[in-house]
Amino acid sequence: MSTLIRLRKGLNIRLAGKAEKILLPEVPVTRFGVRFADFPGLVARLEVQEGDKVMCGSVLFHDKSFPEIKYVSPVSGVVREIIRGEKRLLTEVIIEHEGAERIDFGSGAPLSLTREQVKEKLLSSGLWPVLRQRPYHIVARPGVVPRDIFISAFDTAPLAPDLDFVMANTHGGFLQTGIDALSRLTDGKVHISQEASGTRVAEFKNLKNVEFHRFSGPHPAGNVGVQIHHIAPVSKGEVVWTLDMQDVVAIGRLFATGFHDRERIIALAGPGAQHRKYHRIRPGASVAGILKGNLGDGNLRVISGNVLTGKKISPEGSLGFYDNMVTVIPEGDYHELLGWAAPGLKKFSYWRTFVSKLIPQREYNLDTNLHGGHRAFVVTGHYENVLPMDIYPMHLLKAILAGEIELMENLGIYEVAEEDFALCEYIDPSKTEIQEIIRSGINLMIKEMN
Amino acid sequence: MSFLLDKMKKMEPLFEKGGRFEKLHSVYDGFATFLFVPDKVTTKGSHIRDHMDMKRTMTVVIIALMPALLFGCYNVGLQHTRAFGINDWTLLNMFWFGFLKLLPLIIVSYLVGLGIEFIAAQIRGHEINEGYLVTGMLIPLIMPIDVPLWMLAVSVAFAVIIGKEIFGGTGMNILNPALTARAFLFFSYPGWMTGDMVWIEGLVKGGGLDGFSGATPLALAKLDGFSQMPSAMEMFLGTIPGSVGETSTVAILIGAFILLLTGVGSWRIMLSMTLGALGMGLLLNATGGNEYTQIPAYYHLIMGGFAFGAVFMATDPVTAAQTNTGKYIYGALTGILVVIIRVFNPAYPEGTMLAILLMNVMAPLIDHYVVNANIRRRLKRVTTA
Repeated sequence: MSTLIRLRKGLNIRLAGKAEKILLPEVPVTRFGVRFADFPGLVARLEVQEGDKVMCGSVLFHDKSFPEIKYVSPVSGVVREIIRGEKRLLTEVIIEHEGAERIDFGSGAPLSLTREQVKEKLLSSGLWPVLRQRPYHIVARPGVVPRDIFISAFDTAPLAPDLDFVMANTHGGFLQTGIDALSRLTDGKVHISQEASGTRVAEFKNLKNVEFHRFSGPHPAGNVGVQIHHIAPVSKGEVVWTLDMQDVVAIGRLFATGFHDRERIIALAGPGAQHRKYHRIRPGASVAGILKGNLGDGNLRVISGNVLTGKKISPEGSLGFYDNMVTVIPEGDYHELLGWAAPGLKKFSYWRTFVSKLIPQREYNLDTNLHGGHRAFVVTGHYENVLPMDIYPMHLLKAILAGEIELMENLGIYEVAEEDFALCEYIDPSKTEIQEIIRSGINLMIKEMN
Repeated sequence: MSFLLDKMKKMEPLFEKGGRFEKLHSVYDGFATFLFVPDKVTTKGSHIRDHMDMKRTMTVVIIALMPALLFGCYNVGLQHTRAFGINDWTLLNMFWFGFLKLLPLIIVSYLVGLGIEFIAAQIRGHEINEGYLVTGMLIPLIMPIDVPLWMLAVSVAFAVIIGKEIFGGTGMNILNPALTARAFLFFSYPGWMTGDMVWIEGLVKGGGLDGFSGATPLALAKLDGFSQMPSAMEMFLGTIPGSVGETSTVAILIGAFILLLTGVGSWRIMLSMTLGALGMGLLLNATGGNEYTQIPAYYHLIMGGFAFGAVFMATDPVTAAQTNTGKYIYGALTGILVVIIRVFNPAYPEGTMLAILLMNVMAPLIDHYVVNANIRRRLKRVTTA
């Protein structure tokens, strides 16, 4: 049995609206979208125009700095629209789904292929971007051999899907193939981190070419960055890759069948959603189908991803490239009389200044209100309590704000991603946009180190 | 309450850019957000945010100050009756007497301090910071009750402008603003900040009982007046001369309990500062020297401003060490310094204020070494791996 790593720091936000463990049949979707903002730092070069016909697996655009990294259409159909934002910045490619043509990238057992052949297949099939690297938490750069590859097999974010349930319902047989392909890409190990209780999925039990770890503790114990920090931290000069459990299956499927197919299972959750259940869907698919008849009353916010790190989308918007859930919560656009002084019986908080702290089990309807105004950093010693890493969060943030490259490096910028700091942002009484600061620090490092 | 909200909304354009009262925008915003938590929603990062904000943080500290403030009112009256030989006042009389004496100090402190804060916020285009709500309450509590109001006003202005705003406002300051105010008066007008008279209302003007001394226990200790020192129980309860809020260790402990229960105050600093002072006291007991070194070590915790400083001043998160390890070191050194200054310095009977201010300056250095240890751990990983 793998060793258990116990984390004590962190916080489980008791948000109401967990998804019931029932998997609904797939809803047909006609509108798909690939959003550029899902890939931080990407400068894209389009390869299609509006009106072009595409197949599942056709290249839509590629990375300007690494032209071999291609981003492909998740379905066959027609490029309906290329949405641009301010300064003609690319926002999203919209595809209208029709037909079922798909490109066959050829099947083959990964263990019989060389590293270069495995890489080549992942790159050409457009599955490559599922691999992300630390440092920087960006799409993996193909020229590097990663020290190790890390996969988190559980998600501790608020209302996150139960990945055990997800894997149990995933069409089986591809997991080992996926792991085999990954093991070809690194000289180190493929690490899978599980919950303390382990897994009930039979397919996991006999997996080869992989090392298991177990973690216990509150969120962010399920964040792969936190797990890496405790298994084998990323030091200066090292690169590791991470990916999602369901994308291991997608990689396995590619090598077994030859097709780009990222079908996955996601949860519909949150206090603003009704009939919260699990759905089969492809990344990029419009969420309108699964939201139909499931939206509650009032002004709501639809989020692709979880409430801490997800992106706000319209009710017709597309599921993000990496997301495994859709969360719906009420908007908090209301004034609250003397809200800062109320005893707070129905207000969930990290802080012990609310009466709600005395009621341990209740779940809360949380909304998007900021609950206060922006201030300079004042309180200390609390960000540490929700970041289970040997990192001084406030000092790292201040180093980023000051643009001190060497200090950022020394304080651990290579090990972190915005998602690891999401809880710091959540609890902050000064309402600092901490995740944005972390990303700007990472962007600065990318710029300075190349 | 919606009529209030409507009224507020109607007034808002007047204070916006181009409005008639544009220059008062920070004032409007301060009051509006005080009345109503704004309807602002998250636009980036985490979609949900904790209900905790700076207003609530500061409110907790103000609530924690209340026991010391209420007891201070009573004690002002009590000391007055003792000095002037008044026998027929009830507890309520004493409290009311003290309250009326303290109220002008609080009003002046808030008027001057908040006035400057409003102007600073307007100039910077920031929202009003709640930091002064606490500072403005702390300042009257660490003053002698008889301090002239104009002196108080000058010290508040000095503390807010020089101590805080020139560094960038709350969160950026290096020295604790309340202690800066006190230190300013202490060195500028020592006659009003030390001696046997200033701690008791009316004594400066004369008319006290013959032979009555209003000296604080610390002053007595300094002058070898150990025989006249009040009992430990009196010092613990706080029925002794001293600054308004500092005398009662009991009342301060209730405040400490509130701060620790809510997690707003740092237990690390309170604990290490207490242990530091106690340890230094015990060390002096063991080495001996003079009579002052021989007083029971725990006296240092209940005399003078130690308790008030440890609970409300040293724990100020902005000016204390910011790392958890640093907080232990910072607290312990502050405690040790308090006792050293008290016992060995010939000029100043009280060491708490100076010890905390000195450690405020040292805190970034302590953090620097703590953070460097973290950096070394990270670098070591590279060479050994």
